Amino acid sequence: MTVPVPNDPPIHRPLRVVVATDCGSTTTKAILIEKVGDEYRQTYRGEAPTTVEAPFEDVTRGVLNAIAEIEELSGRKILDGDRILTPCRDDKTGVDLYISTSSAGGGLQMMVTGVVQNMTGESAQRAALGAGAIVIDVLASNDGRLPHEKIERIRTMRPDMILMSGGTDGGAVTHVVEMAEYIAAAEPKPRFGATYKLPLIYAGNKAAQGQVRSILGEKTALEMTENIRPVLERENLGPARHKIHDLFLEHVMQQAPGYKKLMDMTGAPIMPTPAAVGLIMETIAKREHINLIGVDIGGATTDVFSVFDGTFNRTVSANLGMSYSISNVLAEAGLANIMRWVPFTIDEQTLRNRIKNKMIRPTTIPQTLDELQIEQAIAREALRLALIHHKSLATALKGVQQERTISDVFEQQTSGKTLIDMSKLDLIVGSGGILSHAPRRVQAMMMMVDAYEPLGVTRLSVDSIFMMPHLGVLSTIDEQAAMDVFVRDCMVYLGTCVAPVGQGKIGDRCADYEIAFPDGRVVNDRLKFGDLRLYPLGVGEQATVILRPVKGVDGGAGSGAPVTKTVHGGVVGLLFDGRGRPLQLPADQQARVASLTQWFNAVEMYPTSI
Amino acid sequence: MAHSYTPGLTVTDETVVRRVRQLPLQGTVLVKEGEVVRAAQSVARAELPGKVYPLNLANQLGAAPNEIKDYLVKREGDAVRKDEVLAENKPFFKWLKTEIRSPVTGTVESISLVTGQVLLREPPRVLDLLAYVDGLVVEVRPQQGVTVECRCSLVQGIFGIGGEAYGEVVMAVEAPDRPLAPDRLTADMKGKVVVGGSFLPAETMAKAKEIGVAGLVVGGIHDHDLRALLGYDLGVAITGSEQVGFTLILTEGFGAIPMAAKTFTVLAAHAGAMASISGATQIRAGVIRPEIIIPLKNGGHAEKRMGESAREGIQLGDLVRIIRDPLFGKIGRVSALPSELRKIPTESEVRVLEVRFDDGSAVVVPRANIEVIEGA
Repeated sequence: MTVPVPNDPPIHRPLRVVVATDCGSTTTKAILIEKVGDEYRQTYRGEAPTTVEAPFEDVTRGVLNAIAEIEELSGRKILDGDRILTPCRDDKTGVDLYISTSSAGGGLQMMVTGVVQNMTGESAQRAALGAGAIVIDVLASNDGRLPHEKIERIRTMRPDMILMSGGTDGGAVTHVVEMAEYIAAAEPKPRFGATYKLPLIYAGNKAAQGQVRSILGEKTALEMTENIRPVLERENLGPARHKIHDLFLEHVMQQAPGYKKLMDMTGAPIMPTPAAVGLIMETIAKREHINLIGVDIGGATTDVFSVFDGTFNRTVSANLGMSYSISNVLAEAGLANIMRWVPFTIDEQTLRNRIKNKMIRPTTIPQTLDELQIEQAIAREALRLALIHHKSLATALKGVQQERTISDVFEQQTSGKTLIDMSKLDLIVGSGGILSHAPRRVQAMMMMVDAYEPLGVTRLSVDSIFMMPHLGVLSTIDEQAAMDVFVRDCMVYLGTCVAPVGQGKIGDRCADYEIAFPDGRVVNDRLKFGDLRLYPLGVGEQATVILRPVKGVDGGAGSGAPVTKTVHGGVVGLLFDGRGRPLQLPADQQARVASLTQWFNAVEMYPTSI
Repeated sequence: MAHSYTPGLTVTDETVVRRVRQLPLQGTVLVKEGEVVRAAQSVARAELPGKVYPLNLANQLGAAPNEIKDYLVKREGDAVRKDEVLAENKPFFKWLKTEIRSPVTGTVESISLVTGQVLLREPPRVLDLLAYVDGLVVEVRPQQGVTVECRCSLVQGIFGIGGEAYGEVVMAVEAPDRPLAPDRLTADMKGKVVVGGSFLPAETMAKAKEIGVAGLVVGGIHDHDLRALLGYDLGVAITGSEQVGFTLILTEGFGAIPMAAKTFTVLAAHAGAMASISGATQIRAGVIRPEIIIPLKNGGHAEKRMGESAREGIQLGDLVRIIRDPLFGKIGRVSALPSELRKIPTESEVRVLEVRFDDGSAVVVPRANIEVIEGA
């Protein structure tokens, strides 16, 4: 679960007009939400540069500028000088509520500690990530670093907050006390100046609370909360996440330039942007009873959210992004992995120089088609790597003893298996400039399909203008209003991907299928290995697909078993992907370029035939 | 040095810069407001706490953590020398005796009877904070640092590596489009800031290191050579702490790109003068660009301070650099600023402008893909 906002202010009046902002690292985005008839709609938007840095050093300047743009566009008077007019006075004056999220100044940066790295260390990491933080390091007794290296590391990092965990309740205290001693010796300083004590949350073995207090009580702003791993078999992340959010507001936000003023302006507590996005994702998954993966690919980082069988997880890949971190995608993925998505040849030196030039001039945009194709190739790799990272952390608890029966003998599974099961995935939600602003929507769909390789039948969508943070925080006040806007204005449904699982020779039969369209038309055809086919199926439309895979290929009901599914349309349509799972691209360069060209043309991905 | 991101780099003959010199932790400021300081002069000093060395005595003595007090020779706060005995047991047979000696010289910071751990701290290290530029101390923040103001010629680069350095400016090529070949570097360039033209090959980097130049300023390099120089692939442009033997500043970007004529002219005009340079680059909110600061002889206050003349966006006639392929690195003047969105070959609809080059030809490019050469 994500962070519920503590002490929600009671909103007694009916909400008619809401203004919401998200203060990002570079841009502050404002949206206006109005009740139109019986439903809420997002009506106007405005944006302005974020003003956390010098010379302004006051986040509210950017907020007021972004809201002023809405005023101009909508004709509604919202501002009275530096004040937001609340509540609504009449049809053209004021708003009922102002809310905000923030990731400015690099977001909430945390360091977490545990005793065993893949047990309490991971639990602490999940707690911090779920609360919207960027985890800058995970220290554990068994992380392989020598004690003095740990101390040096704590000292050189300047986190906004530390979360300490370790030990089950009533277990041994030695290791967790040892970590407290390291932290005390390092005397860590907070990121925003040295005038206040670093907030530190202790969420470990409760038997060690007294000793931790005596070691760290004077040196840090120490808060105690329930153990995040009271017993090995259970994770208890809620209390630690609440505490992180409280301290974020009480300490970190108070130090950031202009945030005291901003906190006075808002009608609900400010949330870290990723926490708000996580909240809206979790809300959708619960309301629709679906499993979903959400991704927000930004310039510097890529956030991945998932809800599988009701369990929420979030990870942030801090150095995978499309501008500031684009060069790191190349470093992590390797040149060959990027080049496999590029439908032409280019020499390594030119490509490397181009990528570095994007890194040092991050606001530039592709001007030519080949530049666009290179950026979209890099995006596929960033998305793929971020999902691998997410899968490694979104796991069942590790270190838990499992009961095995005789039937398990042939299925050797260790504890800590990933919760991400692509064959059970219902919906992928993409967000971030490269996906939301792709010149053709089919490009966004193909980037996600290629990177995630969804199995079976999966619906895909993108966030139209990145308003999920705003809606996340709104959902804490009025869930219905948030859902109305989410469904009608935020999500752009792209369509559905049908991808049988299995591999075969190019041109061999993969599956036969029948599509019953809503207008009564029925299409019967054959999907061959290597095929990619796209059928128009509009937004709001549904069709019935009967898939009859060949033996050895799984359409979702087992090898060779026919399957019938209702599929949803979208701005792109219904995609049949016969390229096999796992997706394999020809190794030979000429053949690879030919295949890519054939696929891109099949779905009309780019302006002219390539 | 951090300021809000503006897509433009300053290259100017005369401006006034202020550089905030901040200690990483509280210390002593050594200069007064109004004092004239030199670049290499120390303006503030702090004592960095020494390194901490944990030592688990309980494990080494084979004793329970709460028993270690019986074995300790030193107490909390005591000074110790390297190899001095910290703790010892007193066995009945002498040859069974175990002595635990200190691995460092320092003090005993803490002794834990819960973990059996002793923390030793090395003596503090003195950190001298230098002025970095010749100039006037215009602000003193007690115990924290100072602000130094300097009237200077300023060239901002696009990307750099390595920290702050000082040296005499020396021109190694005659024109901005000439590469900096290895034979252009001579032994007398040791400790100097060497200005090249369009491109810095790997062989020249090696020679620069061998000679011991203080800094290299060039139009571009290949990413491949940067990787070889650093020993790793730079993923995120946050630099300044690299130690490759010299400070490197790129004025244009990656590839072989002629240095902007204006940049080359400003630097050439100051050949022989002392310059303060920094390769520190941070390309995120709070942008930091590498810089070459050449203090002007008759120093003191000037009317015009950098950043005071707030630009009103891009204007007709502005000198701009195209910063995206296919015309990356070309420089021209803005000749039209159509307000309507235009569809570009990628099918994106974006705001564009027209750039006219010296040869009279003109191109239309997205506004996002140019940067203004400020101070031109």
